[in-house]
Amino acid sequence: MCKNALTEEKFRELDSYVDTLPEKHGMLISVLHRAQGIFGYLPKEVQLHVARSLNLTAAKVYGVVSFYSYFTEEPRGDHIINVCTGTACFVRGAEGILKELENHLGIKSGQTTPDGRFTIDALRCVGACGLAPVIMVDGKVYGRVKTGEVTGIVKEYAEV
Amino acid sequence: MSAYRMHLLVCGGTGCRASESKLLAENLQALVMTAGMGREVQVVITGCFGFCEKGPIVKVLPDNVFYVEVKPSDAEEIVSEHVLKGRPVDRLLYVEPEQKGKVSSHGEMPFYKKQLRIALRNCGFINPEDIEEYISVDGYQALGKVLTEMTPEALVTLMKKSGLRGRGGGGFPTGLKWEAAARNRADVKYIICNADEGDPGAFMDRSILEGDPHSVLESMAIAGYATGARFGYIYIRAEYPLAVHRLEIAIAQAQQMGLLGERIFGTGFSFDIAIKFGAGAFVCGEETALIHSIEGERGEPTNKPPFPAESGLWGKPTCVNNVETFANVPPIILKGAEWFASIGSEKSKGTKVFALAGKINNVGLVEVPMGIRLREIIFDIGGGIRDGKKFKSVQTGGPSGGCIPASALDTPMDYENLTCIGSMMGSGGMIVLDEDDCMVNVAKFYLEFTCDESCGKCTPCRVGNKRLHEALTRITEGKGTMADLDNLKELGAIIKDTALCGLGQTSPNPVLSTMKYFWDEYLAHVVDKKCPAGVCTALLSYYILPGKCIGCTACKRVCPASCISGEVKKVHEIDQARCIKCGACLKACKFGAISKK
Repeated sequence: MCKNALTEEKFRELDSYVDTLPEKHGMLISVLHRAQGIFGYLPKEVQLHVARSLNLTAAKVYGVVSFYSYFTEEPRGDHIINVCTGTACFVRGAEGILKELENHLGIKSGQTTPDGRFTIDALRCVGACGLAPVIMVDGKVYGRVKTGEVTGIVKEYAEV
Repeated sequence: MSAYRMHLLVCGGTGCRASESKLLAENLQALVMTAGMGREVQVVITGCFGFCEKGPIVKVLPDNVFYVEVKPSDAEEIVSEHVLKGRPVDRLLYVEPEQKGKVSSHGEMPFYKKQLRIALRNCGFINPEDIEEYISVDGYQALGKVLTEMTPEALVTLMKKSGLRGRGGGGFPTGLKWEAAARNRADVKYIICNADEGDPGAFMDRSILEGDPHSVLESMAIAGYATGARFGYIYIRAEYPLAVHRLEIAIAQAQQMGLLGERIFGTGFSFDIAIKFGAGAFVCGEETALIHSIEGERGEPTNKPPFPAESGLWGKPTCVNNVETFANVPPIILKGAEWFASIGSEKSKGTKVFALAGKINNVGLVEVPMGIRLREIIFDIGGGIRDGKKFKSVQTGGPSGGCIPASALDTPMDYENLTCIGSMMGSGGMIVLDEDDCMVNVAKFYLEFTCDESCGKCTPCRVGNKRLHEALTRITEGKGTMADLDNLKELGAIIKDTALCGLGQTSPNPVLSTMKYFWDEYLAHVVDKKCPAGVCTALLSYYILPGKCIGCTACKRVCPASCISGEVKKVHEIDQARCIKCGACLKACKFGAISKK
């Protein structure tokens, strides 16, 4: 789990980004984007740090973090499996794909496996509707996925 | 581009990239170089061609040959046969499904024949990462023209005359929006490009940004000139990495050439653009919510008035337009308002881009004149329904839109007509549904989306939609009552009347429109406890067809509830009382002896 550690080095990286901002007012979302890029997620400690460096209340920061689906307060797995649940994928069987994936990994959408290997996320439309149903593992798109192919795709990443 | 004798255009849109079009382009480039033709033949990675169903697409110019479903390994044959010997590769040509004939030329394909490309004019034609290519197709000429030949007032008048309306959903006249922002006296004003395309199943804005980013930058500067703004933001989803990447390149190139920045074209006009990232909230497509998000706040909408044109970003007059709207602006300025107004229907001018998806043969992006009939889009351009199934409905406008039945297929598509039949234009998503789709379940799907995405600020949307979703869940589980149906209608009407923003006010549309046109299906779920499309699991029953069952015992062995009885080589039977409707028997049977109804 060392990749999720909240090292001082990471906080320094974030600080140096905040220092480059010509104007701190209105930059909360941009700073959170950067923070999630550095830490991988936004735990309480990071949120508090952001609040102090932008001179905002912790409640304000938490309010924004919890509002947007892109921000996560939980550490994520080594591999992120995104299942597109946009309408085009939905009518071509995305629900079945998601269920199969959840059964196979023993977690629900939005959760991470206990060994920290995989996170499943349902996402709204990657825009590859011609390939529906679509799943995306670490950014690589798999199109026209059939339920029977799910375990095979996960296996490609199991040892990596 | 004239120095080359041949161009190989490879689609670099997200859909085709997912099918390895980047590797394909690299292979083509390497082979062209090996053949010593690097100076004669140019490989260009372009934006989306729109024909996503058959990607990756390669188009060869000047021959106008159109290859579909090209794999990286096909590069060799294209170069050795077509490029070197001038013989098109027959097996990669598009086969027209109805006539089964091969179509080699782009213009002859039914998919493209009825299209008229204004907003998508450069997508699939130029390299979006090279400003010179944009300039070679009259890019930045419109900006030059307005800065040197027109007053801001004349520009606003021109836009009003063209009849262009907002392509993001609302359909508000663009000229009036610009006029309102221009009229407000303020030291600072802003232009915002709304690229927060959140409607699932719509991807036109992303395709424009990926395929022709400069047209958006140019139009934003034009809007800045018209309204007196000196700065613009592009608010884009962080989930669109390729579009962001190409925008960043485009902005840097435009700044370097002096087409953005101080004193553009040597005039007194200065304009610059920055990118702001969204963080995944559907409601941020609403302009007041979007503005709050740019300010770094929760993306919650506020009451209008005041409109952004009076008090928007940081309290300054702000003009928010959508990507597709902007993409229409340069051609209007170069070809004139009369030209644009001559296209389309009486109140909706120009063209609209639709993202065709779902159970249709030709999934992709199409741009058609307003006023075209739905039937033409779905059957002529879209190639009809997949697998020979029957058309049931088309959903337009995403979570804010409705489901249109077969009886309304001849409705001319424009803003008013779509609203009139209970749907809306929205951003132009068009999901085709066939006989296997349950309309109650589709309505539930959209409500689930709305519940997820409701910002929670106003009660009708936050609580009302939850109640709608609960009622729909009961109905799909076979627990619905007639009172549920009455409540759906009443509550739906109340939410429409009382919700704070456009998202809330339109959120009951999927339920209300399906109830209006597919009332029978609701009744079947509530009264007969049946799902006619065979989708809602709780309402299904599995039966063994005696004529087809050979008694192989395959179903009996996989049944987790052990509710199938029967001896070897004798017809089996399912105990309905104990069946958990998991469908395992249906999957296991190799003889088609199990039916569900």
